[in-house]
Amino acid sequence: MATVTSNPSVAAPPGSSAPGPFTLRIAPPRGIFALRLREIWDYRELLYFFVWRDVKVRYKQTAIGILWVVLQPLLTMLVATLFFGRLAKLPSQGLPYSVFCFAGVVPWTYFSTSLLNVTNVVVENQRVITKVYFPRLILPVSAALSGLVDFSIAFVVLFIYTLAYGIHPTFTILFIPLFLLLAILTVLGVGLWLSALNALYRDVRYLIPFIIQFWTLASPVYYSSQLVYSSPLVPQRYRWLYGLNPMTGVIDGFRWALTGRGPVPSSVLIASVVMVLVAVVGGLAFFNLMEGSIADRV
Amino acid sequence: MSKPVIHTAGISKRYRRGLASPSGLLRDSIARTFRSPLSLFRRANQETFWALKDVSLEVGEGEVLGLIGRNGSGKTTLLKILSRITQPTSGWAEIHGRVGSLLEVGTGFHPELTGRENAYLSGAILGMNRKEIARKFDAIVSFAELEKFIDTPVKHYSSGMYVRLAFAVAAHLEPEILLVDEVLAVGDINFQKKCLGKMGDVARAGRTVVLVSHQLGQIRRLCLRAIWVDGGMIRQSGPAAEVVSAYEENMASGSLDDARSLDGPAQFLRWKLIGSNRSADHVLPSEGEMSVSFLLRVNQPLHSVHHGINLYDQHRQLLWGNALDGVTLDPGLHEFRYTLPTLPLRPGIYSWRVALYDAGVRIDDWECVPNMQVVTMPITHYRDEYAGCLNIPSKLEIVPATAPK
Repeated sequence: MATVTSNPSVAAPPGSSAPGPFTLRIAPPRGIFALRLREIWDYRELLYFFVWRDVKVRYKQTAIGILWVVLQPLLTMLVATLFFGRLAKLPSQGLPYSVFCFAGVVPWTYFSTSLLNVTNVVVENQRVITKVYFPRLILPVSAALSGLVDFSIAFVVLFIYTLAYGIHPTFTILFIPLFLLLAILTVLGVGLWLSALNALYRDVRYLIPFIIQFWTLASPVYYSSQLVYSSPLVPQRYRWLYGLNPMTGVIDGFRWALTGRGPVPSSVLIASVVMVLVAVVGGLAFFNLMEGSIADRV
Repeated sequence: MSKPVIHTAGISKRYRRGLASPSGLLRDSIARTFRSPLSLFRRANQETFWALKDVSLEVGEGEVLGLIGRNGSGKTTLLKILSRITQPTSGWAEIHGRVGSLLEVGTGFHPELTGRENAYLSGAILGMNRKEIARKFDAIVSFAELEKFIDTPVKHYSSGMYVRLAFAVAAHLEPEILLVDEVLAVGDINFQKKCLGKMGDVARAGRTVVLVSHQLGQIRRLCLRAIWVDGGMIRQSGPAAEVVSAYEENMASGSLDDARSLDGPAQFLRWKLIGSNRSADHVLPSEGEMSVSFLLRVNQPLHSVHHGINLYDQHRQLLWGNALDGVTLDPGLHEFRYTLPTLPLRPGIYSWRVALYDAGVRIDDWECVPNMQVVTMPITHYRDEYAGCLNIPSKLEIVPATAPK
């Protein structure tokens, strides 16, 4: 691992007493928590370019281009409303089911597409990784951020849709960035593990659709989380387990922040935040550990 | 030597053969673990090899250093360690200055993006910031001669255009220390010259360059000092001309070509162009009659020899071939001397191949090393993609004509 600081465990080279501002040491890897955030900051322009490339390339050579960003969650919502809202008549926390569902689908779409992109980003940039140096962490971060452009557009549509139903935002809307941040951190917390693993074992690529499918069902996207908490089938003492899924906190919170209705996020949210922080720290350490050899192994 | 800006001490790099699992599938790792449960903990020696072993070197400020050696000798690994793409297993290096590395032409190019967008993207990946690219953008475009196509997606570019744009971006990279691997070995010769000129500018501007190349002529022209890497270790280091000659001699003698058996009934030992000066035995400088000779050592009498010769270009396209049957050869050294009235090839890298059979049994089949470098003046179309592979003088007459009946 190359660092900008000197390494006391190795004898200093001659003439290194006054290293210049760009002095660089290259030595075998050590320490998995040497995060080098400073270096990430130095490479922020490259991060910007990676995000920019993702966004530029995503809808090239599609006939309707950016319209997909709106169509994807909209169609999902319409189908779900038909089956879960009209046919199954799932409760929707006093909201019209389509609003309830749309407010879940938009953050969920961000999460699931970004998780997929983060997982594949290292493998997809294999050529660049083996030909030029930059902090590898930039890749998953750029993949997580580039989904925000799609999210923003979908959010505007969702916002208008909500207004059209006569649901006006309250002060709670100020909390939306917070839940978005939690969603980004969840993507990274899980994605960092998966993208580094994917570089070693391409099995991850086949596993990820199942993970996402399972996770959709385990999150309150189409049904209210109250259904789980109040279900007689779920023993009281196991209900906290549901809160360990960070996306429960994200989606419930997002819905609450947008509409101002439904349960105020509470202890479940704290469980989600703790889970996410643990996952992110672990993911960073694991990614950092793999980073040095990614170019050799991808 | 001036103040060292690159200093390495005992750099070693060990690779594991078949890293993780050869197929990259978890299944195989699991299967292997079940077959031999201890293999997880055992990093057997036979599964590892040292791509670099104890390499210590210094590069002075403003120095242009050439790294030579045959494929797999560790040159690229060394460059990858210095550019931080991969990490050393042991040893350390210290670099004073901003490093830029060019290990490939067109790093980060995306086919869907336009020339303009790719110039920015590739520039950023190579280490330039946005302002720097914006400032150099016009220079990059005119260097690449792509003014008209700069807003076309590069997937519609010809390969020549693609390479020119990629070169142009790379050529405008101005780090204090530049690490270059073979990049100049592609593209048409005019453009290569342009790039060499640019590299010369870079070197004269006091920048430090480490250049890996198989084009020994290039190393001779550009570098003052060269290092010959062999089997992951430094074999020789010194003035470029000296090191390159020693390396060429070694290659020509066949001792580096250890895939060939040297104790058969006969083998080709070396080849050279006749009439050119000694330091450039393998460089064809002009058109007109040329002679090439192949030295053959025969260890036992051969009575029914079939001999074949081929000439390939760098894309391995066969350009010329000939064969001869029913030759008798006595033990001893023989020179096979071919004379051609002209070899009108456009400048570039070519390779000879000579083979020998006795009574239908293969005795030797030699992919001649080193390659032949043709450096004649191009007299064909100035655009690479229209020039073709022959470099023949032509005369065009435009005369009045009458309509055909």
